[in-house]
Amino acid sequence: MMGAQYRLEPPSAREEVEALVLAPNDPHPLAAAPATPAAIHGGDALLFPTLCPHSLSSFLDPPAYANVVFSSFDSQNGASGSHHFPGRACSSCLAADGAAVVSDYFRITVSDPQKEEETAGSLVPGSGTCVTYLITTKIDLPDSSGGGATEFRVRRRFRDVVTLADRLAKAYRGFFIPPRPDKNVVESQVMHKHEFVEQRRSALEKYLRRLAVHPVIGKSDELRVFLRTPGKLPLPASTDVASRMLDGVVMFGAGGTGYATPQDALQPAKRGRNLLRIFKELKQSVANDWGGVKPAMVQEDNEFLERKEKVQDLEQRLSIASQQAEALVKAQQDIGETMGALGLAFIKLAKFETKATYDSQRIRAADIKHLATTAVKASRFYCESNAQTVKHLGTLHEYLGLMLAVHSAFSDRSHALLTIQTLLSDLSSLHAKAKKLEAASSKIFGGDKSKIRQLEELKETIRITEDAKSCALKEYEQIKENNRTELERLNRERHDDFVAMLKGFIINQGCSVATSFDLMGIWSTLVTFTWHGGVLGGMLFLGFGFLEKMMESEGRERRCLYTDGSVKFALSGL
Amino acid sequence: MISPRSPPGSSSQSPRSPSAPPFLSVTVTDPVKLGNGVQAYISYRVITKTNLPEYQGPEKIVIRRYSDFVWLHDRLAEKYRGIFIPPLPEKSAVEKFRFSAEFIEMRRQALDIFINRIASHPQLKQSEDLRTFLQEDEETMERARSQETGIFKKKPADLIQIFKDVQSKVSDVVLGKEKPVEESNPEYEKLKHYIFELEDHLAEAQRQAYRLVKRHRELGQSLSDFGKAIKLLGACEGDSLGKVFADLGSKSELLSIKLQKEAHNLLMNFEEPLKDYVRAVQSIKATMVDRANAFRQQCELAETTKLKEINLDKLMLMRSEKAMEAEIEYKELKAESEEATRRFETIVKLMSEEMVRFQEQKTADLGLAFHEFAKGQAKLANEIADAWRSLVPKLDACSPSLCS
Repeated sequence: MMGAQYRLEPPSAREEVEALVLAPNDPHPLAAAPATPAAIHGGDALLFPTLCPHSLSSFLDPPAYANVVFSSFDSQNGASGSHHFPGRACSSCLAADGAAVVSDYFRITVSDPQKEEETAGSLVPGSGTCVTYLITTKIDLPDSSGGGATEFRVRRRFRDVVTLADRLAKAYRGFFIPPRPDKNVVESQVMHKHEFVEQRRSALEKYLRRLAVHPVIGKSDELRVFLRTPGKLPLPASTDVASRMLDGVVMFGAGGTGYATPQDALQPAKRGRNLLRIFKELKQSVANDWGGVKPAMVQEDNEFLERKEKVQDLEQRLSIASQQAEALVKAQQDIGETMGALGLAFIKLAKFETKATYDSQRIRAADIKHLATTAVKASRFYCESNAQTVKHLGTLHEYLGLMLAVHSAFSDRSHALLTIQTLLSDLSSLHAKAKKLEAASSKIFGGDKSKIRQLEELKETIRITEDAKSCALKEYEQIKENNRTELERLNRERHDDFVAMLKGFIINQGCSVATSFDLMGIWSTLVTFTWHGGVLGGMLFLGFGFLEKMMESEGRERRCLYTDGSVKFALSGL
Repeated sequence: MISPRSPPGSSSQSPRSPSAPPFLSVTVTDPVKLGNGVQAYISYRVITKTNLPEYQGPEKIVIRRYSDFVWLHDRLAEKYRGIFIPPLPEKSAVEKFRFSAEFIEMRRQALDIFINRIASHPQLKQSEDLRTFLQEDEETMERARSQETGIFKKKPADLIQIFKDVQSKVSDVVLGKEKPVEESNPEYEKLKHYIFELEDHLAEAQRQAYRLVKRHRELGQSLSDFGKAIKLLGACEGDSLGKVFADLGSKSELLSIKLQKEAHNLLMNFEEPLKDYVRAVQSIKATMVDRANAFRQQCELAETTKLKEINLDKLMLMRSEKAMEAEIEYKELKAESEEATRRFETIVKLMSEEMVRFQEQKTADLGLAFHEFAKGQAKLANEIADAWRSLVPKLDACSPSLCS
């Protein structure tokens, strides 16, 4: 599906760094005050108050930093952390109380890919293997006694998913049906089997969950059968061209109308692989394009065209935003990694200086090490925050993918319209023919037997076509209605999902770990320096502006001493 | 001793300038592009403020270009063997960047530091060449510069030699090759190893620092692009939501600017000091070459002198007429040998003093660089947090739609 997920690979240097850094920090040799960041963060609440505006208490709380180890963000997001798609589940990412999920299906999981032998039914029997996936569905059945969820387990292969998607597309024209995962024929050959299977598994899971959350499709029979019926999938598979070719009736339709049954009018010509009908509709669409007189009363309404344009505009902007979001995530990832590499280089420098013969350098080395561990921590902050950003901005990718569904819903509509137009022009030409025949046969006294018979056949054709036309009209109206409700749903849900996205993104960036006070705090601590080579004071140096504000608000003094060219900041009370 | 580094954004005197005691402070400022085409170059204004009697007056301004600084450096290197001559910024640059604002600023800063280090070095600041550099008019300077024949330059072969000394001792012994004459001073050996390793570590740190600067720039760029894209997207949305989008976009663009600023700050005040010390270590290596040469000279002369002495004794015993001549030669050679010994010992003494000074300076300078780094990051984090947080109240105004 469109919109690639940006993968976050932890840098390989990370493990090395962690081994070096996560050992307890050596205290600064000359520091009187507690030197380890642990003490700083855990201890003095006045220096580092948790500062989260009141309105955000319902959102992510910054994890406590009592020690160097970081708690994972996922625990904040709860169960819904791993999936994130347009629909109500988005808001449940953030709401602390776990908002209600709209769908009946609690949770769908795709797991346990296994190789299985191909069973009968393929053209080349006994050829290869395929991979099946275990699909587990927990659902609250209204008829289950005493509440609690029932669980269904079925095994399906990818081909079954394709079938499901095709069935849904046929049955739910006009709806924004979430697009199914690609077949990825090339990638399945090129990628490592394990990676490819995992990629597909994850894509399938997302797809099924999206289907489940759709207000209409989630309740569909097709989906229910897919999820609950064990054994072979009982949906009729999409037929291939070969078998259709053999079906001559379908090729030319009954009596040359192109419609074996009126219900055939419900499907676009291409799907039925009905050659005659395809030709006719092609002719019609050409006639439409060249400004031929459109059959009365059936045109696209302007309101719809306006909305369609808006959607296309939205799609374009979404595409750009999605691209830039990916670039942003990458840039944040890069800076985090480089910060980590820098920290590593400094750790090595510190270790080297420690082994050196110069005493002054040993003390300096401790400082360098502190800076290095700070850099490493900052690196982790960036990367962890980035993981969150990926989730939030993922909404953009999701909606971009949804645009596919919108396109296909709109084209359902245009196909239906084209069918009607074709039928109408058919009818008008049939009626014209009938008139001519009647006129001709009335000239002959007693009637021309052959002509009368022709007329009868023609009248029959007209009747069939009229039926087809009414079916098509009904279908068209239905599709239009589906389009309309879906567009409304899209706008509504998009609004909510975007709000959630922005909230999540902003709060994560602004209030949570990566760019919060904490990060600034660790940068501000423990850099000793002196201009004068003489005295090396083990002083706590804290960041300028922030500390000033802090100190002022706490009513403490900040004294700044110049001694012999060396600069020390002494803080009373520390 | 202080190693003054101009605080960013100000071209002022070195931090220490009490009025009564003698002082000498120099500023390199005001780069201007002169000339045309291939021959274009940058000239700098060098302002000297001093109360030393050797100088022409309390203040003097001259115009100098990079090659003038190179001349000064080479003269000092020739005359003050044993002292770590402050390093110069790199000579050649890719043509494209030679006149970029950033490169010019980096070079100006490095030249300023260079000249001030000389001016505050106990021995170097008394150099006549320094006075020439700081005071003479441009024509005299040009004449002096064109006399530079380049024989004083360190040959790369020398550096490689000393490198090989450190690295291939073992193989030499094993293969029984004749070792080049060198000191067998364990302290000095340790120092050599220390210097070589230090260079590696500093170079690595500098590389990462430079990469970090680049990352800041890239992040700034992508924030700017992201901001624009978000604004575009928000234009499709309704009122309050659209506003949030617009604000988010604006904040992104704002932060982008801050990131670019911090990138520049990081470059000038964190990455450049590291690079400076890589160069300084290379200057130390050059001094080590001098020392090795001096040692070799001393050994050779000592040996030749001894041979001459033996020969002289022989001649004196034989009461030959050549004895007088030989004695004169011997005395000359002996004086030379003593001179070479003296030179070597001077270098040794100077080097140990210089090492102490170097370590002190390194501590101070790198400490300042780290401080700037931490300060910059703290400020940036604060700005980022502020920017995002300011959006939060507007989010609250944005309620979920019931029927938008």
